[in-house]
Order: sequence, then structure tokens, then C-alpha cells
Amino acid sequence: MRFPVIAALLLGIAACATPPPRGTGDLGLVIERAAGRVMLIETSGRSSLGHIEGLGDLSHASAVFSRDGRYAYVFGRDGGLTKLDLLRARIERRVIQAGNSIGGAISQDGRLVAVANYVPGGIRIFDAQTLEPLSVVPTGAKVVGIADAPGNRFVFSLFETGEIWIVDASDPRRPQVRKIVGVGKQPYDGFITPNGRHYIAGLFGEDGLALVDLWAPQAGARRILDGYGRGEEPLPVYKMPHLRGWAVAGRYIFLPAVGRHEVLVLDSVTWTEAGRIAVHGQPVFAVAQPGARRVWVNFAFPRNDVVQVIDVAAMRVVKELRPGRAVLHMEFTPRGEQVWVSSRDDGAVLVYDTATYAELARLPAQSPSGIFLTSRGAMTGF
Amino acid sequence: MLRFLAMLALAAVCTTALAGAPAPARRAEILHLLRQDCGACHGLTLKGGLGPSLEPAALAAKDADQLSFVILQGRRGTPMPPWGAFLTQAEARWMVEQLKKGLPK
Repeated sequence: MRFPVIAALLLGIAACATPPPRGTGDLGLVIERAAGRVMLIETSGRSSLGHIEGLGDLSHASAVFSRDGRYAYVFGRDGGLTKLDLLRARIERRVIQAGNSIGGAISQDGRLVAVANYVPGGIRIFDAQTLEPLSVVPTGAKVVGIADAPGNRFVFSLFETGEIWIVDASDPRRPQVRKIVGVGKQPYDGFITPNGRHYIAGLFGEDGLALVDLWAPQAGARRILDGYGRGEEPLPVYKMPHLRGWAVAGRYIFLPAVGRHEVLVLDSVTWTEAGRIAVHGQPVFAVAQPGARRVWVNFAFPRNDVVQVIDVAAMRVVKELRPGRAVLHMEFTPRGEQVWVSSRDDGAVLVYDTATYAELARLPAQSPSGIFLTSRGAMTGF
Repeated sequence: MLRFLAMLALAAVCTTALAGAPAPARRAEILHLLRQDCGACHGLTLKGGLGPSLEPAALAAKDADQLSFVILQGRRGTPMPPWGAFLTQAEARWMVEQLKKGLPK
């Protein structure tokens, strides 16, 4: 008779000591790059849950998520790879894996994390659970635009040599490399389409993009939107555009034109230009809102205090917002009802209602840059 | 005589343009630009990224005039853009001095 009472008492104590269980589907993080820390956020109540410190140089940092949405892997510029436990709000593990890195990806099965490095050029593959190093693929050039592809493959581009490499990491200690050479001058970033079939690299050194069909990689790369600049001299580029699977809005792919105040529209059926949209400045991110009705665009220095919204059906800008100075990033909740926007120089993260454009929340943050939500963990190419 | 005066005037203009570090408020703006916007490619700590390292050791052997020229004019064939629309010659020169000394952490 006494046993259940004690058990209940113990359970009560346990309940007091640990926070109630919660899911991670509405969690995310904001890179506070000057402070070397991340802010933990939740999008249901639109609030900050606190900070995790000690992540090193977070300029240009990005993050991917474990398949269960509990852990984030943050790639820092200083070569740091940090695994965060979002539920316990702490660093789980951290390794300095290279001198200078640019991003990373998580494998289809969630068991491998690959980090793309500038110095020394190449990728390093880690065990996602332990961060044990498993293998190195040296490239002799800066790695950009790394993405995960079906079959536990990683695809990336090489800036100096103009190549696209496909690395099959099914056996992560002996990765197999397929090289596609001569894809174009100075690929600056690349992405994989959400269905995992096409890898597209943007070129800085010439007008056009390189397309690889991962269903037929032996066919190599083909040039798309070739000569989109129509022979005109591009404007000076004060910030490189960023490419990722968010560019895809239904049949169309919305791409920043390098050195032009334009968003290019690519038809993903015919791989030809479907139009171009004049915008406020040089686009950095062109991100399709989930549902693909609208595409939100931010801009390079010095025109970086504006966000424009393109209506996909009308193929024109229908709204302009001024969230603050130096808007660096936008991230949608998975169903697209909110967008989170970082204003680096106003030190704030703003949340907008995407239907009404009303500002729903404003959270203070130190030089916020990237915003990453756990829903990425379930998407190819994120 | 006229030519001499013109040269004198030109010299005066050049020295005023080159002389003198920027005012304190402007210095803060330039350092912000350096860390944040140059840092987008060269790294927030300027140890390099898509662009090369701008740490003192990496710049030690490089000529200050040439470095300010690159800042103002950019480098063709690379992603380095010209910043001449946002910085005067004196400001670029001051920026180079700060980089060669090393920025305060």
C-alpha cells in the first residue's frame, strides 16, 4: 500500500526536476555572429528560449539538423563544427576540423555530417552522433555549394577550378568521387532541387549556371541561362548571392542574377529562361514561401535595408518591406504562415505574418545573420 | 606663374584629400564596414574566406598604396569589387593602416 505513494512522490520530484517533454518541430536558432553564440527560438509563441555561447567565429555560419530535430550542427567560419542539443540548450560536442570552412550538409540517412572547407580545400566527413572524423576528400580548391543528395551522396562545386564533384559516402571511410570538370568559371554557390534530382551551380566568372542531372551524372554538366547578362558589364558585387532549394517555386526556379538588379526565372521543365523580374537591388536570397505563391528577396550592400515580395502568378514585385538595416536572411516556418527576418545593424529579428505583412514580433539579437528552423532536418538539400 | 599656381592648388587639394585620418564617428563606420561587409568574404575576423586573409601577417609584404588602390578599384577577374563609391582615398588609406596594425579584437 505504501509503495504506490512513494512511487507517486518520486515521480512528482522527477517531474519538478526536469522540464516537461516537448517536441522540436517549432524550434530553431539564430546565428548571433559577432557574439559567437546562437539564440534558441520557438515559432509557436515567437519567442527566444535563451542562448548557447562559445561557438567561435560565426561569420557566414550555417546549420543543419538531425533527422529527429533535436540536434543542430553549426558550421563556423573558423572551421568549428558544433553539435547543439536544442532541448537541453547546450553544446553537445565541438571540434575544430579545419582552418576555414564555409558550410556543410547532413547525409540522407542522418548518420554523416560533411563539412566544406576553404583552407585546406576539401570536405571532411564526420559521424553525426560522435563527430568522429571518418574521411577526408581533398580538392585543392575552395569548396562551395555543398548539398546532400539521395544515396548518401554529397555534391559540391570548386571555385577556382570550375568543377562539380559528386561524393558517394555510402562507405563513409572510403568515399567514391565522381568529378565533372569544365562546368564554368568560378562557381560561387550551388544547390540541389528539393526532389534531389538536379544540382545547379551559379557562376561568378560568367553569365550562366551549370546543371547536373543526378539521375545521369555521367552526362556531365550542361549550361543553362547562358549569357543572361546579354553582354552587359555586371555591376560590382558587394555580396555574393546564396543558392539553395528554396529557389524552387513549383515549376519555376527563382535565381539571383549576379551583378544585376534582377531575379531570373528558370523553367525547370525546359531549362530555359521563363522571364526576369526587375527588383530593388542585387538579390542575395530569393526564397520561395512554402506553397510557392510568393518569393521573398533581400539585397546586397548598400541596398540591403529592403525586402521585396514577388507574386509568382503575376511575376512581379507586389510588396516592399523595410525590416531594418542590413537584412541578411529570411526563414519561413514550414507551412509558410510566418517569415523570420534578421536585421544585422538594427540588432533585431523580426517576424512577419506572410498573409498580411504585419509585424508579429521583434526579438533583440546581437548582429543576427542566419536563421535556421528544425524543419530543414526533413528536407533534401538543407 | 599660372602653371605654378595651378600646381600648387592641385598639390593643396591632394594633400587635404590624403592627409588626416577620418573623424572618430566615421572611423567607427569604416571599422563596421570592414568587419561586417568586407568580412562577408574575408571572414569576420578577417582571416580569409572566399577572399584572402587580411591579417597583418598576410599584408606585411604588400605595399600600402597598392592595397588602397585595390580597395578603391577592386580586382578584375576576382569577386573583389571597387569600394571607391563608399570610401575616399584617405579613408581607404586609413583602412589599410588599421589592417596592417591589426584590428582591435
